[in-house]
Amino acid sequence: MRSTTQPAVLSGRRLPNIWDIAALCCVVGVLVGMAMAARGTLVPIDALQVAPIDLSPRRLPEYALRTTLRMFAAMACSLLFTFTYAPLAAKSRRAGLIMIPVLDILQSVPILGFLSFTIAFFMSLFPGRVLGLELAAIFAIFTSQAWNMAFSFYQSLTMVPTDLDEATRLFRLTSWQRFWRLEVPFAMPGLVWNTMISMSGGWFFVVASEAITLGDNTWQLPGIGSYVAAALAERNIGAVFWAIFAMLLVILAYDQVLFRPLVAWSARFRFEMVPGATAEDPWLLAMLRRTSVLREAGEAVQRFFGVFTGLRLGRPAGYAIRRVRHARAGDAVFALAVGVAVVLLLRKVAGFVALELSWTDVGAAVGLGAITMVRVVVMIVLATLVWVPIGVWLGLRPAWARRVQPLVQFLAAFPANLLFPPFVLAIVTFHLDVDVFLSPLMVLGTQWYILFNVIAGAAAFPGDLREAAENFHVRGIHWWRRVILPGVLPHLVTGAIAASGGSWNAAIVAEVASWGDTHLVAHGLGAYIAQATDAGDFHRIVLGVVVMSLYVVVFNRLLWRPLYAYASRRANLG
Amino acid sequence: MDAPVSTPLLRVAGCRQAYHKDSNADVVVLDDVDLTLQEGEIVALLGRSGSGKSTLLRIVSGLLRPTAGEVTWRGRPLAGPAPGVAMVFQSFALFPWLTVQENVEIGLEAMGMGRAEREELSEDVIDLIGLGGYDSAYPKELSGGMRQRVGLARALVVHPDLLLMDEPFSALDVLTAETLRTDLIDLWIEHKLPIKSILMVTHNIEEAVLMCDRILVFSSSPGRVQQEIAVPFPYPRNRMDPAFRELVDDIYEVMTSRSLTRPTLPVAPADVPFTQPLHNVSTNLLAGLMETMAAPPYNGRADLPPLAAALQLEADELLPLGETLALLRFAELEEGDIRLTETGRRFVEADTDERKRLFADALRAHVKLIPAIRRTLDERWNHRASALRFREELEDHMSPDYAEETLLAAIGWGRYAEVFSFDEEAQQFDLEDIEGAG
Repeated sequence: MRSTTQPAVLSGRRLPNIWDIAALCCVVGVLVGMAMAARGTLVPIDALQVAPIDLSPRRLPEYALRTTLRMFAAMACSLLFTFTYAPLAAKSRRAGLIMIPVLDILQSVPILGFLSFTIAFFMSLFPGRVLGLELAAIFAIFTSQAWNMAFSFYQSLTMVPTDLDEATRLFRLTSWQRFWRLEVPFAMPGLVWNTMISMSGGWFFVVASEAITLGDNTWQLPGIGSYVAAALAERNIGAVFWAIFAMLLVILAYDQVLFRPLVAWSARFRFEMVPGATAEDPWLLAMLRRTSVLREAGEAVQRFFGVFTGLRLGRPAGYAIRRVRHARAGDAVFALAVGVAVVLLLRKVAGFVALELSWTDVGAAVGLGAITMVRVVVMIVLATLVWVPIGVWLGLRPAWARRVQPLVQFLAAFPANLLFPPFVLAIVTFHLDVDVFLSPLMVLGTQWYILFNVIAGAAAFPGDLREAAENFHVRGIHWWRRVILPGVLPHLVTGAIAASGGSWNAAIVAEVASWGDTHLVAHGLGAYIAQATDAGDFHRIVLGVVVMSLYVVVFNRLLWRPLYAYASRRANLG
Repeated sequence: MDAPVSTPLLRVAGCRQAYHKDSNADVVVLDDVDLTLQEGEIVALLGRSGSGKSTLLRIVSGLLRPTAGEVTWRGRPLAGPAPGVAMVFQSFALFPWLTVQENVEIGLEAMGMGRAEREELSEDVIDLIGLGGYDSAYPKELSGGMRQRVGLARALVVHPDLLLMDEPFSALDVLTAETLRTDLIDLWIEHKLPIKSILMVTHNIEEAVLMCDRILVFSSSPGRVQQEIAVPFPYPRNRMDPAFRELVDDIYEVMTSRSLTRPTLPVAPADVPFTQPLHNVSTNLLAGLMETMAAPPYNGRADLPPLAAALQLEADELLPLGETLALLRFAELEEGDIRLTETGRRFVEADTDERKRLFADALRAHVKLIPAIRRTLDERWNHRASALRFREELEDHMSPDYAEETLLAAIGWGRYAEVFSFDEEAQQFDLEDIEGAG
């Protein structure tokens, strides 16, 4: 699993255009709509009684199971979303114009920020019932997983190799057959990789979304996240460690039973004609392949799947769609429809925000955003300084890299928010500066992306270039600057993009922390959103979320994409 | 061979393919092409890369709709990929995630054929084509030759009336390609192939003469059928047969004579710098070719087919080199021969700096694009100009692929001759490190 597929974010245009702005308006408008729909219905939910969390370690297996189930429910939704949204965006040129920027914006919205809307919204759908809470939690996890999966699928759909496309058309495969025989398999490696990354990231959100405070109400869904929240409220550090231990086991099982076999299995779909260095089968896959009962069951499933996907639904494609001659009139109608929708949503947003907020608030949010940005940048730089030398050292030693890589991926999947309490305890005990010492929490979970990408980059560094460097006695600083850093730069940037995106999100939970009655609050946009959530102040939440989204979008477009383009141009011959 | 029947299998009349550019006249890829295909014949479309022969194949297959003209398949107008037509691809176009058998069966599956029937048909073809025992292998486990056999089996299994082949052997090494050709011809003359006719695209003259009953030689820019040549030899054919060699020589001559008189694109006046398509050939290769020609046994004059054989180049690799030398007046092409000019000889004898000067002079005099770029740079205050702008001007007069190649050629040659520099990162021409600039 050395492949570090480039993150889906990186494709496409660089400068924001009119469609991006339209997309931003749509996303924010829908958020506001959800918040407004939910606002009036907060009162009846008070009556909701959820069983209190029991801190006895014996209850942990049940809590862990519930947490895991939530995760898988969200994953099912994400897959459903991916298989509908992406083909729609890819097949319809007009729909793609707005759907893709929407996806791009959604990727940048801090998910934890609008947790409060979604909770309020789902509880208004199912007043007084736990189902609403469950759905809200699942939705929150879904929003952390779906976008990059859909993006990856969309990208694959648009990059289907010409000759295979011609072959399916010439042999007159129907659209259904083509989808399952060509498009899905071609997209599979990228999709599996992104799904796994999404799941790894999802653990963080599942933990964060279980215990929610909104205004005066606190809800707790039975699960590991709530368990930790309860332990924090009761200052029970023992229970915290029990929870960390339980989560370790869950992630370990996830890693062994799902992640590894799936990624190994998806290698067969890789679009390459050279037999690559096939990694050894993970034990689970080996077992499936060798046990005859399981193998036969697998073959039966496969046969059924073959018949199902071979159905002659839809029509064979005729002439290729000529993109030159498109209906101008249709375009105009479509643009007009989008324009009207944007204007309506914009008015809604403006009305909602202007109701209570002034330019001072906007200024304050932007200022706090700058503080958080400084924090993100400093932390990413520090993580880079620490992990690049270590990653290079490990990557150049294959024996070590093989052993360490799974561990690092495991660490990346571990929900870092479970590790916050010990840090908070240290800060409280030693009276450390909150603004400085809460910052490392932001990269606690995301730094691993840097490490494992750098390891992969160094491992892939061409042996002849290393030998050439040695032959010419290139050493020390010179070697770092001229040889290895340019070589691993594309991987480093890939890792840093993932890390910085995750850190923005983590800011919402990392800039505020509490230990019993002690509340630690750092200055920053994350804390601003978190406090607005605590106060149930929808207007400031919307403002905070929008400002943070803008920071992330601008950051991506102006820094990361050019940097990535530069790095990959430089690192490739020809 | 079956006698030609009255209704042709396929008929293409007045076919034209053009890209539409907003501002200018259409860029024509194929112009006024007629083609009739009878049952029982193998026909080659022979031409240089970019002569539109692959485009014609895609039009015939129903993958591409012609801009104008008529395609009739079995007496009916063609509307998209038709049943009864199958194609073998240059790149094999196998699905890497399907086994050999699944790949072969994909066309049958699309017809909605049941599993048992599919297996029966596919096993027959797999055995026929020499793939027995590889049924459950994945394409990546196979060598190039075996992969193309899978591509062939996949096309044959649907029992098409017409088999289309798009440079089917050009991605294979010489020996493998020859084995595959012979196997295919053997099956064809034994009537073991479930097909009625073959239409193949190739740039390899010997391949066309070896396999086909008729050869349509295409000229480039725009693609036209320049000449139709019947191959009268019975199968199996012998490459060493003097008559065979003579026919190969004749075809070389046809292909070079055309290029001598080749006009630039008819739609634009010839003195505009952006109408002249260039071949992106490296200056190293040009110099190497001139040195080879100057040395014995050629001593300044060479017959193209043996020269191509000696240099291990295909006709369509050697011809762009020859044409470029002719364009720069370093050599002359006539009747399948290439002859070094006086300037060419001086180039061979010169040292590096002198060679660059001679090359720069030739570029300035004969390649209009290069002085045009240099003029633009001289006129600008910062002596920089974006490559994009030249590309766009070129695209007004030629297809995007040609424009790309022409621009790359100009960049490569201009850099070598130190007429200008190029900043790859910024995609800009500039005059840094150029003597006498400013």
